[in-house]
Amino acid sequence: METKEKTMPKGGEFLIKETAAANIFIPEEWTEEQKMIAQTCRDFLEAEVFPRLDEIDSMKNPELMPSLLDKAGELGLLGTSVPEQYGGFGMNFNTSMLVAEVLGAGHSFAVAISAHTGIGTLPILYYGNEAQKAKYLPKLATGEWKAAYCLTEPDSGSDANSGKTKAVLSADGKHYVINGQKMWITNGGFADIYIVFAKIDNDKNLSAFIVEKSFGGVTMNEEEKKMGIKGSSTRQIFLNDCKVPVENLLSERENGFKIAVNILNIGRIKLAAAAIGACKKVTSTAVNYSNERKQFGTSISNFGAIKLKIAEMATRTYASESAAYRAGQNIDDAYDALIAGGMDEAQAKLKAVEQFAIECAILKVHGSEVLDYVVDEGVQIYGGMGFSAEGPMDRAYRDARINRIFEGTNEINRLLTIDMILKRAMKGELDLIGPAMAVAKELMEIPDFGASEDEGLFAAEKKVLKNLKKAGLMISGAAVQKFMQKLSDEQEILTNLADMLIEGYVAESVMLRTEKLVALKGEEACKVQIDMTRLYFNHAVQVVAKAGREAIASFAEGDEQRMMLMGLKRFTKVDPLNVKEVRRSIAEHLIAKNEYPF
Amino acid sequence: MKILVCISHVPDTTSKISFTDNHTKFDSNGVQFIIGPYDDYALARAIEIKEATGGTVTVLNVGEADTEPTIRKALAIGADDAIRVNAFPSDSYFVAQQIASIAKEEKYDMILMGRESIDFNGGMVHGMVGEMLGIPSVSPVMKLEVEGGKAKMAREIEGGKEYLEVSLPLVAGCQEPIAEWKIPNMRGIMSARTKPLKVVEPASNDTRTKLSQYQMPAAKGAVKMVSADNVAELVSLLKNEAKVL
Ligand SMILES: Cc1cc2nc3c(=O)[nH]c(=O)nc-3n(C[C@H](O)[C@H](O)[C@H](O)COP(=O)(O)OP(=O)(O)OC[C@H]3O[C@@H](n4cnc5c(N)ncnc54)[C@H](O)[C@@H]3O)c2cc1C
Repeated sequence: METKEKTMPKGGEFLIKETAAANIFIPEEWTEEQKMIAQTCRDFLEAEVFPRLDEIDSMKNPELMPSLLDKAGELGLLGTSVPEQYGGFGMNFNTSMLVAEVLGAGHSFAVAISAHTGIGTLPILYYGNEAQKAKYLPKLATGEWKAAYCLTEPDSGSDANSGKTKAVLSADGKHYVINGQKMWITNGGFADIYIVFAKIDNDKNLSAFIVEKSFGGVTMNEEEKKMGIKGSSTRQIFLNDCKVPVENLLSERENGFKIAVNILNIGRIKLAAAAIGACKKVTSTAVNYSNERKQFGTSISNFGAIKLKIAEMATRTYASESAAYRAGQNIDDAYDALIAGGMDEAQAKLKAVEQFAIECAILKVHGSEVLDYVVDEGVQIYGGMGFSAEGPMDRAYRDARINRIFEGTNEINRLLTIDMILKRAMKGELDLIGPAMAVAKELMEIPDFGASEDEGLFAAEKKVLKNLKKAGLMISGAAVQKFMQKLSDEQEILTNLADMLIEGYVAESVMLRTEKLVALKGEEACKVQIDMTRLYFNHAVQVVAKAGREAIASFAEGDEQRMMLMGLKRFTKVDPLNVKEVRRSIAEHLIAKNEYPF
Repeated sequence: MKILVCISHVPDTTSKISFTDNHTKFDSNGVQFIIGPYDDYALARAIEIKEATGGTVTVLNVGEADTEPTIRKALAIGADDAIRVNAFPSDSYFVAQQIASIAKEEKYDMILMGRESIDFNGGMVHGMVGEMLGIPSVSPVMKLEVEGGKAKMAREIEGGKEYLEVSLPLVAGCQEPIAEWKIPNMRGIMSARTKPLKVVEPASNDTRTKLSQYQMPAAKGAVKMVSADNVAELVSLLKNEAKVL
């Protein structure tokens, strides 16, 4: 099957290139070892976290969360990304995504462990010099030291480079003296190490520092009272004449913003993985309840209205998962290629993730929004018990919400996706102009209503996908022409374009996953996955059609508007899908299994 | 100390059980398999003893190739090596023979396993192995310490506990709270890959039982509510419908 040479994909290239199903990674290909790692994460949650969710959220015992991190450290769960020479396990990117996924079902604990292993540890891993890595990584990998990441300030949130925290070199040149205030710092209450972003003197850009709490000059406010993830420590941190040895400057002066951005890229795709883990858990819980709860003399899972929800929850989760591990593998492949080319490990990892930064942002938005959809329907399936603070959906619903806010709000991430694509096109890294012109030309020609040339299982979907991409190119091409440099002021249109992009990427990923799965197991064994693929396409086309219409109506007029609307109609034309039957058959599969089984 | 831990490969406790081929075959489709929970306690205790006093822990499973992920998990938990007897574990007698045949060669100080597997729950293998090897076998063991070549054990008996001192070698069928289940850590998982897993053919194919058919328990009927004032009706229902009085 995999006889074809694996071509190295480039980030954002999915827009203009087709991908062969054989070339993507699908979660059905996890090795025995990866499955065992996932099971260890599951066992850990079952043994240590799930029995204590109330206690964790009550925040009554400040030792509890750090002690859970210690236990996770004993199992090696804090060191998955850390190379072996620094006491970790040097797992590849997709394996660390899998760990993030499973632990993602762990509510506040999931946030604490992901902040420690992600934004807390990775700046040192990827930007630290040898001495910094040797000093900090082994202790972070075991959990002996806990880490937090201090970027946000009261007046500097989304506009992260505008922070006011200052670092001044001491007279003897041995220390930076840092002063400022940080806000919303996860793990702030118990961290030993803070990655602090501050500006040196009157620099324009941030620099990053490794600050040990023991340096002194670090104080904090009480725990924030929050809507969800109540057991996750979130603090305001004050730096008052905090003396940081010069050797604790991370990377170079004024390189902090770049560090922040690159670390957030990784954080975003891992957040998507964690959201998927939460989706699976919530869906399983809801399916089980729907089987147990009886009304009108029968399980509520027998009602079509409930099946509809179960099918959509499963399908969107499956879709997000398909895209997340496809991108994760792309990152691994890019990394391997860079290493083979002689690049050092940290540099290669950063470059690989940077290459797929567009996909990371897409996934962050998609994963967090699917999770919010899933928890909302989870509450609904539980009815009154969903609204009860005694049931499991209450916590799931509240805890999900933060994901659309941190690691860059979804607004910022939507804008970023389009911004990054246009920048790459401008730099000539991504040839959008050629394909966009081809679409413009096609609009003037007689439409091709013929059957698709492809014959296989997803022939229709492949054609739809091509068309969805054309719709995106048509509208973005016209918008760029119209607004030129000022397009960035048209956030509404950019948001529409981002929605089209996100749905196109995810729809393609679902189809490729199922196509590969069918090649491995045969059509008969993959009926439900095929149904989910079709159902997702149905959804994606609707989103694209709506976003496209809105965008066109927002800037085009007269003949141009008419022509584009006609084009959009043509590009979003699909055969009607019997969604009722498809949803029923998907839901019935979950209902019989009594869980999310994929 | 040379310890053998026998593990069974059983459906996860939450699995939905169904049968195929006219109720003669267990349908393993989509079923997640685990180390038998009681065997998992035995394994955890064996590893604790090894960590405290040195020695080796070998795991043994009688099963076909699909049990290897379960065996690897035992290696990840901390066993040093593994043996798979390449055969379907058709009944207790068959399994006991395979264990005894290997143990005769290898001379283990202790052979630990769960008090019973959780698929067929026979609870007979430890007794049979002891008999075949002519060494003591004790079950269900809830506490196990080794001191000066002897094992000190606590065993659950009807209405109380029994404390025993038994000479080695011995066979023990274990249950909680003999030890706490161990979750394999990352290092263990990574080293499991390279630990030896030897596959041997069964010593004999002798079985004593033949399975004719499985039967599912009758589905639970609807619940009949009887008013608290109506004791007579309750008694009559218990007599005539439930036929338990
Ligand atoms: C529980 C929690 C934990 C956190 N943990 C950490 C942590 O560990 N470390 C850390 O450094 N930070 C952390 N944060 C901070 C988090 O990353 C920020 O809250 C987030 O980046 C948004 O910043 P803000 O809150 O200032 O919102 P604002 O930036 O004020 O945004 C308000 C609204 O305006 C929108 N908006 C802002 N700018 C634009 C724009 N240019 N265009 C369009 N819309 C815009 C936003 O999307 C949002 O809807 C955490 C936050 C929370 C709530």
